[in-house]
Amino acid sequence: MDAHASVGHAELEIPYNVHPRPDTGVYNAKLGIWLFLASEVMLFGALFSSLILLRTGAETWPRGYEMLNVPLATFNTFILIVSSVTVVMAWSQLRLGNLKKGRIYISATILCALIFLVNKAFEYGHEFREHNFPKTNNFFAIYFTLTGLHGLHIIGGVIVFLYFLGPGAKMWARDPERYTNRIEVVGLYWHFVDLVWIFLFPVLYLM
Amino acid sequence: MEKFLAQFMPVDASEHGPYLDRLSANVHWLMLVLFVGWGLFFVYTLWRYNAKRNPKASYHGVRSHFSTYSEAGVAVVEVILLVGFSIPMWSKWTHVPPASSNPLEMRVVAEQFAWNVQYPGPDGIFGRRDIKLVTSSNPLGLDLTDPHAKDDIVTLNDLHLEVNRPVIIHVTSKDVIHSFKLPVMRVEQDAIPGMEITIHFTPVLTNETNAESDKWEIACAQLCGLGHYRMRGQMFVHSKDSFKKWLAAAPPAQTSIGS
Amino acid sequence: MALRRQIRVGSQWMYADEAHKALREALRVMEDEKGGEHGGHHLPWIRRYVFSTDHKWIGIQYGFTALLFLLLGFCLMILMRLQLGWPGTAFSVMKVLGETRQSGGVLLPEAYNQLGAMHGTIMIFLGIVPLAVGAFGNYLVPLQIGAPDMAFPKLNMISYWCYAPGGLIMLASFFAPGGTAQSGWTSYPPLSVIASQGQTWWLVGMVFLITSSLLGSVNFIVTIVQLRAKGLSYMRFPFFVHAQFVTSFLLLLAFPPLEAAAVLQLMDRVAGTSFFMPSGLVVSGQALTNAGGGNPLLWQHLFWFLAHPEVYVLILPAMGIVAEIIANGTRKPLWGYKSMVFATVFLGFMSFVVWAHHMFLTGMGTTISAFFQTTTMIISIPSVIILSSLFLSLWGGSIRFTTPMLFALAFLPMFGIGGLTGLPLGLAATDIHLHDTYYVIGHFHYVVAPGTIFAMFGGIYYWFPKATGRKLHEGWGRVHFWISFVCINGIFFPMFAQGLAGVSRRLYDGGAQYAHAKQIAAQTNPFMSVCAIGLLVAQVPFIFNFLWNAIRAALGHRDEGLGSNPWEATTMEWAATTSPPLAHGNFEVLPVVYRGPYEYNVPGEAAEFIPQHMPTAPEPAPRGGSLLPSTAVAMREN
Ligand code: HEA
Ligand code: HEA
Ligand code: CUA
Ligand SMILES: [Cu+2]
Repeated sequence: MDAHASVGHAELEIPYNVHPRPDTGVYNAKLGIWLFLASEVMLFGALFSSLILLRTGAETWPRGYEMLNVPLATFNTFILIVSSVTVVMAWSQLRLGNLKKGRIYISATILCALIFLVNKAFEYGHEFREHNFPKTNNFFAIYFTLTGLHGLHIIGGVIVFLYFLGPGAKMWARDPERYTNRIEVVGLYWHFVDLVWIFLFPVLYLM
Repeated sequence: MEKFLAQFMPVDASEHGPYLDRLSANVHWLMLVLFVGWGLFFVYTLWRYNAKRNPKASYHGVRSHFSTYSEAGVAVVEVILLVGFSIPMWSKWTHVPPASSNPLEMRVVAEQFAWNVQYPGPDGIFGRRDIKLVTSSNPLGLDLTDPHAKDDIVTLNDLHLEVNRPVIIHVTSKDVIHSFKLPVMRVEQDAIPGMEITIHFTPVLTNETNAESDKWEIACAQLCGLGHYRMRGQMFVHSKDSFKKWLAAAPPAQTSIGS
Repeated sequence: MALRRQIRVGSQWMYADEAHKALREALRVMEDEKGGEHGGHHLPWIRRYVFSTDHKWIGIQYGFTALLFLLLGFCLMILMRLQLGWPGTAFSVMKVLGETRQSGGVLLPEAYNQLGAMHGTIMIFLGIVPLAVGAFGNYLVPLQIGAPDMAFPKLNMISYWCYAPGGLIMLASFFAPGGTAQSGWTSYPPLSVIASQGQTWWLVGMVFLITSSLLGSVNFIVTIVQLRAKGLSYMRFPFFVHAQFVTSFLLLLAFPPLEAAAVLQLMDRVAGTSFFMPSGLVVSGQALTNAGGGNPLLWQHLFWFLAHPEVYVLILPAMGIVAEIIANGTRKPLWGYKSMVFATVFLGFMSFVVWAHHMFLTGMGTTISAFFQTTTMIISIPSVIILSSLFLSLWGGSIRFTTPMLFALAFLPMFGIGGLTGLPLGLAATDIHLHDTYYVIGHFHYVVAPGTIFAMFGGIYYWFPKATGRKLHEGWGRVHFWISFVCINGIFFPMFAQGLAGVSRRLYDGGAQYAHAKQIAAQTNPFMSVCAIGLLVAQVPFIFNFLWNAIRAALGHRDEGLGSNPWEATTMEWAATTSPPLAHGNFEVLPVVYRGPYEYNVPGEAAEFIPQHMPTAPEPAPRGGSLLPSTAVAMREN
């Protein structure tokens, strides 16, 4: 064998992009998103800890249910839970090979997210009209910071979903499995964002 | 070692100071032993196992358990230093002496870039403070309508203590974080706005000669703005009599602040 | 001609230089053909050199940028050291700072604080971390684990392109009204909240840098877990890979709390909230109007929760580099490799529970301080284990005193001094006197400067041939090493004496105002500053050596006869691919791993060293490059 023959392709595919690595049982993006979510847990964990510290250190702390719109937030909680379900449906439809239905469910998820954001905008508007701003007191400071950051996460999710609904869907033709994986990964992120809200809701609105 | 370190350190004028210095010396012994021990090993190996002297390396290298013992040794010494000395010392440090020991009590309020000292005066009770009353002549915002405030003594960058009498200081700040440091007393405490932290110590030496070598100061150890480097106050430790004299001569807030 | 090196190609032996020439030729032909076929190698210039997704090029981008920042951070420090050495003296170089920061060549106190905060920030977040993780990690980890690239090449590119703007924002903050951040790299509120606008820029810059680190760390972990070559079990990793692996977890989990803190501080500054602002603040006689009720210590907890793991981010990759160089330079396996690995993992865990040892003097009770003192003492043990193992690794070796080896060897006692001086700081009682003095400055500079920076220099000398096909000049390397070694100790050792004397850090005049500090400051500061200038001068041969060879390499001049494995190493970055590696892509065929990372002088084997991916040791003892056997062998496997 001479040197020429030993030269194969210079650019190798990155392995385990689509299929799980046998000994770890996951494909790359799935491990990646879990790690990313771990860091998100630390981010929101730090913020929740700050909330606890500020609240226990404060002389007075307003009750969330007296200051905020609980029914609207309950409705929003419901909406987000629905969106978590639709995203799973989208993924399972894609696994069955049904792009059309998958897209419908993705659209439903986006719709839920938009409803959530619109409600949130109403809430914010209401608070501003009541002259409740972040600087009013630490309750509103943490309320706006946490829900604002959560809202940014929702917006990020919407952008990614829109991408996979539109231009990203071309991947389906080339590699449906990979596309399905992508939706699974975004779905995991989306569940996390919902989960954060499930924590935020009682902590800010009910306690 | 204690003497060796002492040549760099400021005089040690407090009761607890020698204990801290001794602990410091002991830790430095541990450090020195480790450093010299490993250092000798290091230099020897570099000489002995130079490629010229030892052309073929040994795959296995050291076979003894020496390192395990040395690591265990370090751990044991650390435990002794920690449990035997540091933790008990800290507990003493945070344990304020009882009123029966007749402590001298005062409050130190830091601001950019000065130290305000407030003595409770003859009645032994600090006067009420209100930030709305803060003016340049009343930096602490002392409320002179409060009878306890009238006899308080307020000084700027000027701390007077009595030798051999425990001191209790409540440290806080008006603006940013400073750090109240008395190098000769081996005392330091961050002055944090919104918190009043109590520290204590007992001075055992006096510095009444006021000579250059006897100049003791309050330093600021925490970055607090552009004047951090010059934020200092002076400190005097008096004998019993002269402290009394100083106290008698110091003007009470009522006159020093005015109305 | 002296002994020509022989290597095995497939089943037959060839002279190494001939084999290499043949391979190069083959590669060249192949690249031409491929280029014609599907243009894979004719990427537009911008995708090749600016928005490249190739981990090697991204590593080089990181490396260059980080080195420039290091130099900048050093230059800022030179200005500070001039002021510290000779307080109040006019220096014409100060004029570079512009009108607002000096008057007649005398540095102003607020400018000193700006330089100090930026020195710390630049060195840590823009210099060492990007160099250690972004450059060395990026370049080497995929090669060392036999991977074609990072798991997410695009993310890798984005990570660099978050770092670069983060750095630019930091630099731009110098031009903010009122100057840049000036509350120390620790940015303690309330000082930082009431500070001028530069602090906001600092926070925004930090958010970029944090994002970059997060993306990078996810990428590293996935790459190491998923893309390691067949046969490369965890206990066969080169130690450097372990170090990067643990580092990535630290970055992943410790940075988000700082991100949270940065968001809160931004809110305090921009939206007028009071997360860190207690009620009743009076600044310069003026009561603040904010709502109050916040807690300045909250920031410190969040900050140190990051910043303590962060210091291990600064040291672990350095230890990894040193371990690689030492194994290679002693021609034997690392002693106690397994315990080193476990110590590293343990260190990673523990680093999350020691943060409050930076806060002993914030009014801490006995129980909490006892907890943090204990964890701090515990965390010193794994460092002792790693260092002891490295020391013991020297025993029985056949030490080659090359330039990289000199830097790696010097790292050991220097880190030793830095680590040991951490002990009196870790005991709360002794910390009372030493907290926020130059003792602390001395402690951590010994770990990061003659420690980490030396390891980085060692790594640069060691892997430069990998990246460029050229070797840095050894003689100038030695000059660089010896002058740096002497000067750097001259700067940092006197700091311990200053610290014991109680000289506080961050003093504009180095303590000339204070009765207890005056004398020692006058005795030591000028000398330390002279040493700092000496250290700067010592970098000149390095910078020339580096740039000259980098430019020559970029122009296509390789060192003839250097081969692909100039250090006769066993790890895969050398052995399984050419130097420099292919422009895009790493290996012709993915290697398979058969043995541990440091099989030098294996008893009963004739070969002096056996690369990780060789199934059997070559029979006669060939010395030299070993690219071809690997590919050939791997081919045979398939
Ligand atoms: C890479 C960086 C790095 C590393 C590795 C360390 C390692 C350690 N650090 Fe350090 N530290 C910093 C960077 C680092 N630190 C920084 C940047 C600060 C200041 C931040 C600021 O305030 O701005 C700081 C501050 C700091 C403080 C706060 C001080 C104060 O503000 O009052 C404390 C207190 O506990 C501490 C402790 C320790 C300890 C116990 C270790 C241990 O992990 C060390 C363990 C190592 C050993 C024990 C050495 C073992 C050696 C041998 C066994 C052999 C020796 C022989 C020879 C050398 C021949 N450090
Ligand atoms: C990784 C961190 C790091 C590093 C490496 C350094 C390196 C150095 N530091 Fe710094 N320092 C800090 C982090 C660091 N520092 C921090 C966090 C603070 C506290 C800030 C605060 O108070 O908030 C501090 C504070 C600090 C002070 C105290 C200031 C004060 O309290 O007022 C001093 C004083 O002398 C100092 C000096 C130095 C010196 C002389 C070096 C030298 O060792 C520098 C050596 C540098 C080099 C040798 C450059 C190498 C680069 C090249 C040669 C470039 C080559 C380029 C190409 C080839 C393109 N530093
Ligand atoms: Cu006050 Cu520094
Ligand atoms: Cu620490």
